[in-house]
Amino acid sequence: MRALARIVAEADGRGGTRLARLRGEPPLQLRHTPDGSGAATVHLIGSAAGPLGGDDLRIEIEVGAGAVLCVRTVAASIALPGRDGSRSRVSVTAAVAGGGELRWLPEQLVAAAGCHHLALSTVELAEGARLLWREELICGRHGEQPGDAVISTSVNYGGAPLLRQSLTVGPATPGWDGPAVLGGSRATGSLLHVDPAAAPGGPEVLGPTAVRLPLSGPATLVSATADDAHRLRGFLER
Amino acid sequence: MLADHDESVPHTHPEPGVDPHPPLPQLDRAVRIGIGGPVGSGKTALVAALCRALADELRLAVVTNDIYTTEDADFLKRAGVLDPARIRAVETGCCPHTAIRDDISANLDAVEELEEAFGPLDLVLVESGGDNLTATFSKGLVDQQIFVVDVSGGDKVPRKGGPGVTTADLLVINKTDLAPLVGADLGVMDRDARARRGDLPTIFQSIAEDPHASQVAAWVRHVVAHSRGHEHAGAH
Amino acid sequence: MHSTAYLLLADGRFPSGGHAHSSGLEAAVAAGRVTDLAGLESFLHGRLSYAAPVTAAFTAATHLTASRLGRAPSHTHSDNKVPFLTLDAELEARTVSPALRLASRRQGRALLRAGRLTWPSELYAYLPKHPDGPHQPLALGVTTAAAGLSTEESAHIAAYGVLTGPASAAVRLLGLDPYQVQNLLARLAGACDEIAASAAAVAHKSPEELPAHAAPLADISAEIHATWEVRLFAS
Ligand SMILES: Nc1nc2c(ncn2[C@@H]2O[C@H](COP(=O)(O)OP(=O)(O)OP(=O)(O)O)[C@@H](O)[C@H]2O)c(=O)[nH]1
Ligand SMILES: [Mg+2]
Repeated sequence: MRALARIVAEADGRGGTRLARLRGEPPLQLRHTPDGSGAATVHLIGSAAGPLGGDDLRIEIEVGAGAVLCVRTVAASIALPGRDGSRSRVSVTAAVAGGGELRWLPEQLVAAAGCHHLALSTVELAEGARLLWREELICGRHGEQPGDAVISTSVNYGGAPLLRQSLTVGPATPGWDGPAVLGGSRATGSLLHVDPAAAPGGPEVLGPTAVRLPLSGPATLVSATADDAHRLRGFLER
Repeated sequence: MLADHDESVPHTHPEPGVDPHPPLPQLDRAVRIGIGGPVGSGKTALVAALCRALADELRLAVVTNDIYTTEDADFLKRAGVLDPARIRAVETGCCPHTAIRDDISANLDAVEELEEAFGPLDLVLVESGGDNLTATFSKGLVDQQIFVVDVSGGDKVPRKGGPGVTTADLLVINKTDLAPLVGADLGVMDRDARARRGDLPTIFQSIAEDPHASQVAAWVRHVVAHSRGHEHAGAH
Repeated sequence: MHSTAYLLLADGRFPSGGHAHSSGLEAAVAAGRVTDLAGLESFLHGRLSYAAPVTAAFTAATHLTASRLGRAPSHTHSDNKVPFLTLDAELEARTVSPALRLASRRQGRALLRAGRLTWPSELYAYLPKHPDGPHQPLALGVTTAAAGLSTEESAHIAAYGVLTGPASAAVRLLGLDPYQVQNLLARLAGACDEIAASAAAVAHKSPEELPAHAAPLADISAEIHATWEVRLFAS
């Protein structure tokens, strides 16, 4: 299945955010869930099981100056194998103007057995833009080995590279769950926080498998591995 | 100086102020002196003693290849001998001799960082990690080297020789205060050291009794003066 | 046929500071994740799959950039620096741990020192200036160009170094049988060759498109390691 969703958020001129554009198609349905704050919150309502092998889902996001957009999903997505073994792909392209803010806080991605999944995100932040970007990957449903999944994220800030990170798990990659990569943990993820106004702190150890890292640029990245999704979220809560 | 008070201890020879080597080429940077020797022989104690003795007259910094703990830093700090910021610790990947001899890059970087941060300096002391009798410093890293052994390893150490004992610019036989307790014959050590080292100087000392390591400090002063191109007053 | 310069650079005795870096192995040993040869094998597979493609690709891309300059020094000096700055920024964005950024730069500085004295060349001057030194893959790329090696050889030395650093640290930290460790390295040789070949094959791409594999524990344990009071290895 191919689908495209598009969200355009703008400042409404009264300290709030208005959705100039909100368009999805199955299985990418969007719902604006006003929460009374200055931010606009949009939930992505995908089907419970998916993406499936062969799916090609695209999400395009634009956040204007002074607008604050928060995107969430209602439940974890489960990458599943398709019938012909083809790859599933979810790509997110986001652009945030200076003074705008995007919070991308979806639920986990579960790489189910046999899946062949690629999540590809590209975020272009203008100077002065803010970003919260969370990614959580669970290796397999309960008690199963995962399929192959790649989560690749590329963030530019003011035209310069800020983060290039591609996390690969699954049997096609030797050593993926070994002591140099996940150390047997089933869950791993990161939370990127870009805020040019925040004071750059030093690195901080949050637990035996979780750290907060100052990037070279106006950003910090929390990176963690954990035994399960719940414990992982404990490190990546915002 | 112990040697002056106790007849059982051989005199340091030749006179510490006299360097049988040709003078160092004049340097436009700090003199680098390596301090090597077996584990526990008193290298760190000597570094502390030299800082104590020289910190007022020379601009100093220290690179240590020792397994360096905050206690070591505290020790030097408490002794009031050196600002801990002037001490850089270098990891040696379990190969202390490699870091001072075969691949000196991390030590050179540390020395240069100190010179950049606190320069100009007169003297950088480089303490090697405790190793065996064969570990010596590369000439690419230090200008002069001191090899520290102690009497508690037994009086056979100088006889064993090895590049450290044989070729170091200065051999220090430390902990002479313990000689009676461990049954080490300083006379034997003295004779063997002379045989191994020819004209190169050897100093017998006890830092326990002389916390300023006065004779070694005098030798260091001399080396620094030489490198500056002016002859040491006592040298001629 | 490979040149002797290639062997010199690949040799663990080349004095570029590598002996003091365990590339995460010391931290993995302390955390109990690597205790024996099997654990080392799994660790090295991870290093090969995740660290080696990035390191080797950036080395190869730098090599290619430098050797093109070496052949045709047409532009001004500052124009020539631009591609190296881009490679530096792209690699920096792939190295999320400050401890690993520092370890890479320190190793780069050590390599640069050794390279400059071993194969003097104008090319080193193009490396971006940084107080901690250039990133190691950039320093290696320029050094291999100065030594007259091919892009494939430069990628090969990079991938091989990713393997041998932790392997020799394991021999020292765990007292593993050195023959068994060599046997393990020989078994990984095919994988190492493949990774080097793929890295050389992408060297011409825009730096943005070069591999960006991340190994979460590499970043996490590097930061934890950096907080230790007593370390035997610098990384
Ligand atoms: N009795 C006595 N003890 C000494 C003397 N000099 C040093 N020590 C003691 O010997 C011990 C080892 O001294 P260090 O200076 O740490 O020796 P080191 O050579 O730096 O040791 P490593 O760096 O571990 O190889 C310490 O407990 C010192 O106090 C001395 O002249 N007499
Ligand atoms: Mg010591």
